[in-house]
Amino acid sequence: MKKKLRDSSLKGWLYLLPAILFLGFFMVYPLIDVFVYSFEEGYNFASQTYFGTGIYNYFYILHDPYFLQAVKNTFILVIITVPLSTGIALLISVGLNSITALRNFLQTIYFLPYVTNTLAVGLVFMILFKKTAYSDGLANLLINWFGGSSVDFIEGPYWAKMFVLCFYTIWIVMPFKILILTSALSSINQDYYNAARVDGTSKFRIFMRITLPMISPMIFYLVITGFIGAFKAYSDAVALFGTDLNAAEMNTIVGYVYDMLYGDSGGYPSYASAAAIILFVIVLTITCINLLISKKKVHY
Amino acid sequence: MEVILQNLTKKFPGRGRKNPDEVTAVNDFNFEIPDGSLIGLLGPSGCGKSTTLHLISGLLKPTSGKIFFGEDDVTGLPPENRGIGLVFQNYALYPHLTVKQNILFPLENLKGKDKLSKQEMLEKAQEAARLVQIDGLMERKPGELSGGQQQRVAIARALVKMPRVLLLDEPLSNLDARLRLQTREEIRRIQQETGITTIFVTHDQEEAMSISDQIVVMKDGIVQQTGKPQEVYDDPLNLFVAKFLGNPQINVFHGEIKGNRLYIGEDAVLDIQGTEREVYVGIRPEGFVPKADGPLSCGLRGVEVMGRDISVVTFNKASLAPAVRSIISTENMADIGSTTARFAVLPHKVYLFDKETEERIYYKTEAVGQ
Repeated sequence: MKKKLRDSSLKGWLYLLPAILFLGFFMVYPLIDVFVYSFEEGYNFASQTYFGTGIYNYFYILHDPYFLQAVKNTFILVIITVPLSTGIALLISVGLNSITALRNFLQTIYFLPYVTNTLAVGLVFMILFKKTAYSDGLANLLINWFGGSSVDFIEGPYWAKMFVLCFYTIWIVMPFKILILTSALSSINQDYYNAARVDGTSKFRIFMRITLPMISPMIFYLVITGFIGAFKAYSDAVALFGTDLNAAEMNTIVGYVYDMLYGDSGGYPSYASAAAIILFVIVLTITCINLLISKKKVHY
Repeated sequence: MEVILQNLTKKFPGRGRKNPDEVTAVNDFNFEIPDGSLIGLLGPSGCGKSTTLHLISGLLKPTSGKIFFGEDDVTGLPPENRGIGLVFQNYALYPHLTVKQNILFPLENLKGKDKLSKQEMLEKAQEAARLVQIDGLMERKPGELSGGQQQRVAIARALVKMPRVLLLDEPLSNLDARLRLQTREEIRRIQQETGITTIFVTHDQEEAMSISDQIVVMKDGIVQQTGKPQEVYDDPLNLFVAKFLGNPQINVFHGEIKGNRLYIGEDAVLDIQGTEREVYVGIRPEGFVPKADGPLSCGLRGVEVMGRDISVVTFNKASLAPAVRSIISTENMADIGSTTARFAVLPHKVYLFDKETEERIYYKTEAVGQ
């Protein structure tokens, strides 16, 4: 019996081996390596040497205004886009779920951004927001129409750029959320609603007391992945503001890491590692907080 | 509360090209349910019994016909204004709420002059929980309860507002056999304690017969027969009802009336006064009496001992089903032969049906040679 058990667990390990090897080489080892790099001062790629060990790298980047700007940008992005995109997606999903005509058609429309090429999306945003010699962009046309004066969303004031970045991010992440939420909503057994109807429950109360709790695991999943995704934001900023994000004041933490490695000011793997570790700690903390909250709020 | 159904009809429109035909789920249903009684709506699946229940609840609107609760015409009222309690087949307990919160849920919806204080609500919930004997489980979640306990919670939730009519959709189908027996007694007890007019739907004839004051047998949206369970069992109006009630099922034979005798195959089983014709002969399993010189002879296939009674499984060429089942008491076991069994039949357990319409034919019958 005991031997049999060992055999089967051996077999289990064998099945897991490819995945473990792969993850070990490409995830665990680099993670440890990054951690080690982050404490090696002045590491040089070419000569593979460093001066000494210590926390100087952390000290440096925490005093680097570009890094602080990146942290600020990332946090603003996270705080604005995660609740907004989840909330709007929920509204749209509930709406989709309560209509029958045109439902499939609208669902397809809402899902389009998910399968659209990023470059094409970038182009569309350009037309919407970019100020050129010939046009102020569609957004400005609207603003002008309402009597406002034109704003340069791509190279103008900080708030305008941040607005475009948030807008873009929300638009990009929404389809997936709508997809998840509509399927969660339609999987709720109709009998719960019938039972609530028999008891004369108001629409609002049905939503708050039945619908929301029933789909809370999915909402929670979206919030967690949303947080993580937003903290890792980089490509969206590049698509909108080009590669010199530091100059545009639009850098994100991941962007900062990239710049430290390969950018014009690059070649500093130690600083990049330290920044990456800080990002890792931030994401880990936020996710832990999320899990703690969810224990209280999410059912099942 | 008296419930009156008048010419109640529900038609579902055809859907798309694949199912273009309109479906009549309930067809011209007329019935008066006396105040305080327990009614079983009985029929095979797809016969319209659940639709009828949903029409009474208001979750569905009838195509035509009217529903009255006492004097009130409730046909146009939404479910919440009808004063009904509905127990769903799968109970539909909110999984994220505790038993107490589930039972409180309907009370918390009350508005205006009906609004209760927190204390009153708790008392009512306690009372309902006590009635169904789950007052010890108030802080549990539905997932932590057994099927039978969930069922009770669902009943408590339906009862907490003291509805005028209680509706139960297949209340026992999700329970195992032993719980089913227990729970149906429970339903009977709760119904009698509260005196609420109760209508329940089932496809299990035993369930319906055992606890109902009256049963309604339905088929294809049409009411076949209504009445007290024993009366319907003893006096079925057509072959469908005769077959649907009773376990084991009634045995049906091809029969013929010739010269004041009722023949099953070659055997003249009863004296009869009626015109000569071919008929279906239905004989209840308990209508067979083993007798060495009995008129009906069948080939013996086996004997199933069930304790108090035994079931004799035989075969007969004239039978519609491959096996003829009879229930006899163990004392009569000795009278059964080894390869053939001979039976006398009890006249009041034999029913004749028209071969075309399957309607009951009433002729006076007697045991042979009396």
